[in-house]
Amino acid sequence: MSAAPQKTKAGAEKIDVTVSAVVPLNELVTRFEFRRTDGRPFPPFSAGAHTVVEMNDDGRTRLNPYSLMSDPADTSTYAISVRRDDQGRGGSLYLHTHVGVGDRLTLSYPVNLFPLDLRGRKHVFLAGGIGITPFMAMIAHLDRMGGAWELHYACRSKALGTYAEDLMQAHPTRAHVYYDDQNQRIALEDLLDGQPLGTHVYVCGPKGMIDWVHTTAAAHGWPDENVHSEEFLAPQPGTPFEVYLSRSDITIQVGESESLLEAIERCGVDAPFLCRGGACGQCETDVVEAEGTFEHRDHWLDDDEHASGKKIMPCVSRFDGKKLVLDR
Amino acid sequence: MSRFQFPESIRSRPIYGTLEPRPGKAHLMIADVEGAEALLDLAALDADLVRRAHIIYIPKGTGETHIETLRALGPAQLHVAPSFEASVQRIRRVLSDAHMGLQIYLAGTEGLMGRSQAEAMQAGIPHSAIQTEHRGSVARRVQCVHCKGITEDVLTDPFVCAHCGLNLFVRDHYSRRLAAFQGVCIDAEDPGNVPEPVELYK
Ligand code: FES
Repeated sequence: MSAAPQKTKAGAEKIDVTVSAVVPLNELVTRFEFRRTDGRPFPPFSAGAHTVVEMNDDGRTRLNPYSLMSDPADTSTYAISVRRDDQGRGGSLYLHTHVGVGDRLTLSYPVNLFPLDLRGRKHVFLAGGIGITPFMAMIAHLDRMGGAWELHYACRSKALGTYAEDLMQAHPTRAHVYYDDQNQRIALEDLLDGQPLGTHVYVCGPKGMIDWVHTTAAAHGWPDENVHSEEFLAPQPGTPFEVYLSRSDITIQVGESESLLEAIERCGVDAPFLCRGGACGQCETDVVEAEGTFEHRDHWLDDDEHASGKKIMPCVSRFDGKKLVLDR
Repeated sequence: MSRFQFPESIRSRPIYGTLEPRPGKAHLMIADVEGAEALLDLAALDADLVRRAHIIYIPKGTGETHIETLRALGPAQLHVAPSFEASVQRIRRVLSDAHMGLQIYLAGTEGLMGRSQAEAMQAGIPHSAIQTEHRGSVARRVQCVHCKGITEDVLTDPFVCAHCGLNLFVRDHYSRRLAAFQGVCIDAEDPGNVPEPVELYK
């Protein structure tokens, strides 16, 4: 097999899968396990990778990124754990309510925007809520390699502590769980103190937690290179707007509950993407003309680029104004 | 003294900055004789930081220069060593006892900074997190790509490898692991046809 799949369309190459198990874990989170429909083994992935799940929700294509949480060494199965978001735009709700064993879906090849730095002497994982998922794969990987790690996992309550019990049972000295409703907090400062040189910290959770870890680590003299984070942004609904795509020469309408990227795709224009969560940079698009204000929400462009009005990340960002022309 | 402005070059060539105080749990400073002046400048910016520092000072053959001035800064530890080789055991010991939050400040010649940086990288600190400031001689540490021998304090280009005697052209291609530039035989095709050596950067 050739190393890199041939790209014909935007996004990573696709894999047809059949749902092999649906395991409700608690009131909000369910695990979905997949096998390849053609019976072949999955491509191996590196811990921290995500896949984009393609769902056909009554004629509307939904593409949602989820971290792969299965053991990377197991090429028979891919698994994701999905938190139901009742307020969201419906992807997770669709999985929870419409997808069962035997159903067929399409996954993208895994893409890793949150890899382990294997030069690290030790790996400290900080998880908030459903942010535990990439660490499940990382822990499986490091356990096989005999790597040093510890986990600090904050969740709302015992009842909602996805995998918390399992982790504590399997790794009583390494996995530490903190329940919000019992007023337990991760003692970040103490935890950063005294880590051996060459330790890397990884954080996956809500934005506030990610910022807290970056700021605290920097104040303790940790190099940026040793602090890793991943946050997938879900596109937010907003006021509908109109866009002219200059290369394709069409005018499209972006609806209230779809992203700019989704609207572009709906109109038949093949636009690049990988993460659909404002993190990878693939969807970066040049702005030809704009009269109005941008609602930038990505983690990719820097502040100057946001202010310049020359670029937009259509997977998560929107626009409000009279006129927007994109080079697409 | 005036600071040397290295000409722009390929990506491989290290770029040095100006030491600045950074937050950290511990501070390790390594300097040779002229590098000490960069530490004095740093102390002028943040005297308290230098009081918490461990300074390893390598004045080489210059005798007592700067030792008293550095001592007057009141560092937590001041260790004076006759050469890098003589201090490397101490550097390794400090690094192996250190924790995340250690800041490293290197000042002086390229050879000293490069070798200290290689030790720090070995200990798990990314090179981009290590501060450097060039002071003093522009001499280079060069590895002969043929015999692998390293010649210190190279001041001309080409020069003669101190190990195998080949005439070497000094490249800007740098190895962080070896802390050395590459020297490549200049007269392999036409033995004996060696250009007149010129002083580096002249
Ligand atoms: S698709 Fe990754 S940033 Fe938009």
